[in-house]
Amino acid sequence: MSDIPKDLKYTEEHEWVRMEGSVGVCGITDYAQEMLTDIVYVELPEVDIEIGQGEQVAVVESVKAVSDVYAPLTGTIVEINEELEDSPEMVNDDPYGEGWIFKIEIENDDELEELMDAEEYAAFIESMEEEE
Amino acid sequence: MSFIPTTKKDTEDMLELIGVTSLDGLFSDIPKEIKHIGAVDLPEALSEIEADMLLSRLSDGNRRLSVFAGGGAYLHYVPPVVDQLANRSEFYTAYTPYQPEVSQGTLTAIFEFQTMMCRLSGTEVTNASMYDGATALSEAALMSVRDNKKTRFVISSAVNPRYREVLSTYGWANDLEVVTVPAAGGVTSLADIAARLNDETGAVIVQSPNYFGSIEDVEAIAGKLSGTKTNLIVVVTEPLSMALLKSPGSLGADIVCGEAQAFGNPVGFGGPCLGFLSAKNRFMRKMPGRLVGKTTDSKRNDAYVLTLQTREQHIRRDRATSNICTNQGLCALRAQVYLALLGSRLRDMAILNHRLAGLLKRTLSEIGVTPVFDAPYFNEFVVRVNNARKIRDALFDKGYLVGILLEDDYPDLTDCLLLACTELNAPPDIDALAIDLKASLTS
Repeated sequence: MSDIPKDLKYTEEHEWVRMEGSVGVCGITDYAQEMLTDIVYVELPEVDIEIGQGEQVAVVESVKAVSDVYAPLTGTIVEINEELEDSPEMVNDDPYGEGWIFKIEIENDDELEELMDAEEYAAFIESMEEEE
Repeated sequence: MSFIPTTKKDTEDMLELIGVTSLDGLFSDIPKEIKHIGAVDLPEALSEIEADMLLSRLSDGNRRLSVFAGGGAYLHYVPPVVDQLANRSEFYTAYTPYQPEVSQGTLTAIFEFQTMMCRLSGTEVTNASMYDGATALSEAALMSVRDNKKTRFVISSAVNPRYREVLSTYGWANDLEVVTVPAAGGVTSLADIAARLNDETGAVIVQSPNYFGSIEDVEAIAGKLSGTKTNLIVVVTEPLSMALLKSPGSLGADIVCGEAQAFGNPVGFGGPCLGFLSAKNRFMRKMPGRLVGKTTDSKRNDAYVLTLQTREQHIRRDRATSNICTNQGLCALRAQVYLALLGSRLRDMAILNHRLAGLLKRTLSEIGVTPVFDAPYFNEFVVRVNNARKIRDALFDKGYLVGILLEDDYPDLTDCLLLACTELNAPPDIDALAIDLKASLTS
């Protein structure tokens, strides 16, 4: 069973957000990194770009596939995890901690309500697995 | 997936979904006048003997020309070992080497091709090859956009005109702005390039040796771009030049691309060609096509695999790095065999080419046919003769392909011919050309 921290918000594309004031720290979930297997490269966004909710913002490449990462919320990228350039495997090892990907200064608190909480995300994964 | 072909109902369902009533409707955008209706009109089959006789009769009509033309395709000697190895069925009939366990030979050859092209071009990464030089340039431009997100390109008019046409087609489809710089005097002046640069410029594109055979000052152009985000793309269509000249990468090129047909591949009706795309390491994940990498297997033996293929269409579909997910494996293999055979003597071959071109230049000067430009050159240069088109045709009747008439692409270069010289143009051939050319000029 994947790790799904209670204090985070989740998207259907398997991104997570941790709010720190008006800034959302974002990454991909434990479930996503398990599915991708060994991550070998993370293409990070540029700092200061404005991004809309659901827009493609980063790319995660594993030995198996290349997946787009989408912005969970509308806002401006204020920081990126440059350590991933040399150590992309941190996304596998610690997806909710050292494996964060970007931080976004959010514009619209209402969008947070559209995201799933841990319980909803767990149910979402379960329904996906049932479909398979 | 199942391998059952589509049923009539499947076809009908699909047509209905896209709102078309019949299969013909699917192809309705093809003009009627170019559609072939009915059976293909083919003659009766021939026996093997009859086919052999027919083909012999046809080939008797071929004329062996003394070729002094280049312009992006070069007639070099191809040692028989290249054909011998490339015609082995393991290489000749092999499909894409997706299964490393059955493709080590092909993968090793491509890996070595990549390594050799990196060493020659002075770059850190080369892909497994592209369709041809024009495609390689266009893909290099798109790779530059992926790198710095800038879609404006400044290109020298001394880049092969065909390449510029293909780039403009790509540009039209990808909203690229392409600004052309004149190349008066046979080379591209730094001032002319600088005058067209701005913050939006993604890359400067020059060819060296350029279409006129002249060597561009790549180092000065790279110096001008240093400290900016603008990339320098250097096109090379006569790769043998890299064995003699300083490599484009060492002079500051970010991307080196072009045509490697000259290495072990024939000039066959304009193809097949062998595009190459080489670049600095930071472009590795932005490169189209595929790369072969070296690793070790479970027994610690060297093993070769297709790497970074996660960015190709079969995995990434519409978000693939490029629509091109193939390479010219067999042509790349030929290049690799040729380069492995010549080894460090490739430089001697390049010197020989340059010297013979020098001999041609001097010999023509003696009969009053002088070069148009005085820039340094490798194995190609431009001369002007009165009534060049007529002279070219007259020499063709005497058995010469005496270069390329430039006025069709460059209206200001009237009566100019682009001549090339390789190791296959021996001194007696050069003398013979001079005699026949002189006779044509005075007749």
